[in-house]
Amino acid sequence: MNIDLQAREITPLRQTYAHVAKYIGGDKAASRYQEATFGAQPMVNFHYRPTWDPNHELFDAGRSKIVLSDWYVLKDPRQFYYATWTMTRARQQDAMEANFQFVEQRGMVGKMPDGVREKALTVLMPLRHAAWGANMNNASICAYGYGTAFTAPAMFHAMDNLGVAQYLTRLGLTLGDPQCLEAGKQAWLNAPEWQGLRRLVEDSFVVQDPFELFVAQNFALDGLLYPLIYGGFVDDHVALQGGTAVAMLTSFMPEWHDESARWVDAVIKAAGAGSDANRAWLRDWTGHWMDRAQAALSPIARLALGETGETVLSDAREQLQARLAKTGIAV
Amino acid sequence: MDTRVASKKLGLKERYAAMTRGLGWETSYQPMDKVFPYDKYEGIKIHDWDKWQDPFRLTMDAYWKYQGEKEKKLYAVIEAFAQNNGQLGVADARYVNALKLFIQGVTPLEYYAHRGFAHVGRQFTGEGARVAAQMQSIDELRHYQTETHAISHYNKYFNGMHHSNHWFDRVWYLSVPKSFFEDACTGGPFEFLTAVSFSFEYVLTNLLFVPFMSGAAHNGDMSTVTFGFSAQSDESRHMTLGIECIKFLLEQDPDNVPIVQRWIDKWFWRGYRLLTLVAMMQDYMLPKRVMSWKEAWEMYAEENGGALFKDLARYGIREPAGWKQACEGKDHISHQAWNTFYNYNAAAPFHTWIPSDEEMAWLSEKYPTTFDKYYRPRLEFFREQQQAGNRFYNKTLPMLCTTCQIPMLFTEEGDASKICYRDSDYKAYKYHFCSDHCKSIFDHEPEKYVQSWLPVHQIYQGHCFPDGTDPTAEGFDPLMAVLKYYEMEVGRDNFDFEGSEDQKNFAMWKGEAPAQGEQK
Amino acid sequence: MSDVFIAFQHNEESRPVIDAIVADNPNAVLTHPTGLVKINAPGSLTIRRETIEGLTGRPYDLQAIHVNLVTLSGHIDEDDDQLTLSWKH
Repeated sequence: MNIDLQAREITPLRQTYAHVAKYIGGDKAASRYQEATFGAQPMVNFHYRPTWDPNHELFDAGRSKIVLSDWYVLKDPRQFYYATWTMTRARQQDAMEANFQFVEQRGMVGKMPDGVREKALTVLMPLRHAAWGANMNNASICAYGYGTAFTAPAMFHAMDNLGVAQYLTRLGLTLGDPQCLEAGKQAWLNAPEWQGLRRLVEDSFVVQDPFELFVAQNFALDGLLYPLIYGGFVDDHVALQGGTAVAMLTSFMPEWHDESARWVDAVIKAAGAGSDANRAWLRDWTGHWMDRAQAALSPIARLALGETGETVLSDAREQLQARLAKTGIAV
Repeated sequence: MDTRVASKKLGLKERYAAMTRGLGWETSYQPMDKVFPYDKYEGIKIHDWDKWQDPFRLTMDAYWKYQGEKEKKLYAVIEAFAQNNGQLGVADARYVNALKLFIQGVTPLEYYAHRGFAHVGRQFTGEGARVAAQMQSIDELRHYQTETHAISHYNKYFNGMHHSNHWFDRVWYLSVPKSFFEDACTGGPFEFLTAVSFSFEYVLTNLLFVPFMSGAAHNGDMSTVTFGFSAQSDESRHMTLGIECIKFLLEQDPDNVPIVQRWIDKWFWRGYRLLTLVAMMQDYMLPKRVMSWKEAWEMYAEENGGALFKDLARYGIREPAGWKQACEGKDHISHQAWNTFYNYNAAAPFHTWIPSDEEMAWLSEKYPTTFDKYYRPRLEFFREQQQAGNRFYNKTLPMLCTTCQIPMLFTEEGDASKICYRDSDYKAYKYHFCSDHCKSIFDHEPEKYVQSWLPVHQIYQGHCFPDGTDPTAEGFDPLMAVLKYYEMEVGRDNFDFEGSEDQKNFAMWKGEAPAQGEQK
Repeated sequence: MSDVFIAFQHNEESRPVIDAIVADNPNAVLTHPTGLVKINAPGSLTIRRETIEGLTGRPYDLQAIHVNLVTLSGHIDEDDDQLTLSWKH
């Protein structure tokens, strides 16, 4: 490389792509998140209707009751694009790997009281399937939602949920054996305390509106499930009873939940800011699905925490309502 | 380190099964047909999803770890490239036009693939297939984003890239890739997998990647080479999904064979037609040439493809229907396509030019039976005209093939002096095609292809003018109105490389004397 | 019999993998297209974790090949200890 070139004036003709500049107020220096996101999704001149959904175009804002003049307002405050998402998760994976090694090398599972270990398996193994349901729903949101700002993070979220399901699987294989996974599946399919949740998850599988699905899964259900299980059960109960290993081997989950809650709330807030009609839909959906989620989680709260379960769950509900209030949606 | 530490009791296959298919269940509160509404309507019969073999059993922990490593390395190069004005390392500014074609016509396809795989990643009942599809969905998003980022630096300094996504949805030749991928995405999940994972990502992928990536390497474009290598390892996983899915479909039920065969025929042909743009790029747009399209076709299609179809013969699958014609076309399509773009360069946002004598000698050598006979005379004539001050640009619009949407520039098998015309009558209209195979694709699904948004038809119907245009006004110039609709910068994005802003700027940045008949 | 092949980026990390393949597959043929190492073999090709670990002196996770893998052909069979490419015709 000729050093003289640095002295020569090499003036750029422009700062970024026009389809990015359109969304950032003109031709300015754009962040990688902005370039990765804005203007990516085709919106016009589609050639063929989907044979699997001839009532809509391939990408169609009409699949949702939410109406926005610009779907790119649904920005992700974390500003994840593929590189930053993977590198963040890779660091978290390193930490989890270190935790698994630590637990293994210290023989922490062997030192755990049997009752605690079994209770952890009983409560956590069926949740592999709830996480799998969340994976399915977020793939759906990515496929049928509108605008890259909304749909791309949903696919990251789908893979994150798969990661959760897989961490829970590893937990099961560490605390127990492959038979525990099967027992958890049987409980998910047949045990009475799990049927409310399974029914809820299966009902979510047939929700057609991608935004409603987003609210049902990522806000309402996970918004109660994660504080209940990883806060109320793992941290405040299991860990205090000699089950620290469980907290270590699930440490990804609450951390990830808090991080992604910022995204979920920002999207709801931006959608609600669009119109009264949007806010009305969001009010309906959040109210409906929070009620259903709380009802479904109630027997699991009792299974996990006995008498105090209901209180812990109500507290979680209150805090979720508070989160919702901050987004401008009044319930 | 990885999952082996935690669970020594299970081997890779069993552990992976616990991590994926073990997570799913038969729903009972909602019927499976409602949860998975799209997996039967194509007529494909699956009896046992447990027979699905997961290739490359990557769990999310390994995925994040290895993909994270790849991203760190890739972005370090992208950053260094920008910091060091790496675009000046390109030997010849004409090369940048290959990148323009890439960002306009290939990058948006990555985005479609991302959304399409999200769709099938939700819709297959088999959990292993869903996980593989979902990983491909984010891989494709990765490709869209890394390409956008890598080319962003070039966009700052060269024209013809800044409005790529807008052009993709509107400009005439870009409806070729757009309709290709929308055809795939709007098909059912099994067709999508056959079209994309098998036909494109397995059979034809090397014909897309090798020309661009080795072209980049030979022409001093480190950024694109690095991206290419980094993306290729994702492609290996995609290829294995492709070969696995085809095996699975063919082994599940003999009734699947004719359906899959028809898809292989259709998608091989549509893919082959799409690659016309790559053929042209490879033979005409790389100042430092690597191998000819013909050579690439012989290596990657005829040799590799040959081995593949020999392998699939045991299922009753034969070579795609258009195989012979595609092989015959290897001597012609790059030249025919360049001729068209040279003519239509007023309406295309990248530059064209006449190859130098040295470049034409290379083409003669690589195409001994066709270049001197059919194509050199045209190029020499165009050069004469240009030197006499008559560099012309065609302002009338070409007829497009309804299926592949390429202008009717292809010739009859065995007679390169005759344009190939075919047609079909369907419900009171006549439809036109470039070949027997495009016609046959239409005839099998006419209700789909009559919906096509053919750019030339749309222009003639007045749908390609900016809002508020009055075509009855005095002095109305329809071509200029279309270029406004395209949001192309006339005189910067289009026309000949000779005299272009790209040419002038590049010479100035390299400290060379201003161009006077610059080409070597 | 048709060839299977596998290709890696030509760098420091892929060196022990390539050396292991050559050691375990006597009919393997190496070529060096720009920036790559391509290995062809008739019928089938196997990568063994143990061989790689013998060369590096450290534990090796076979899935790490994903970082430098460029392309391949043939049907894949994979477990903790080996990865095999093969054609069945």
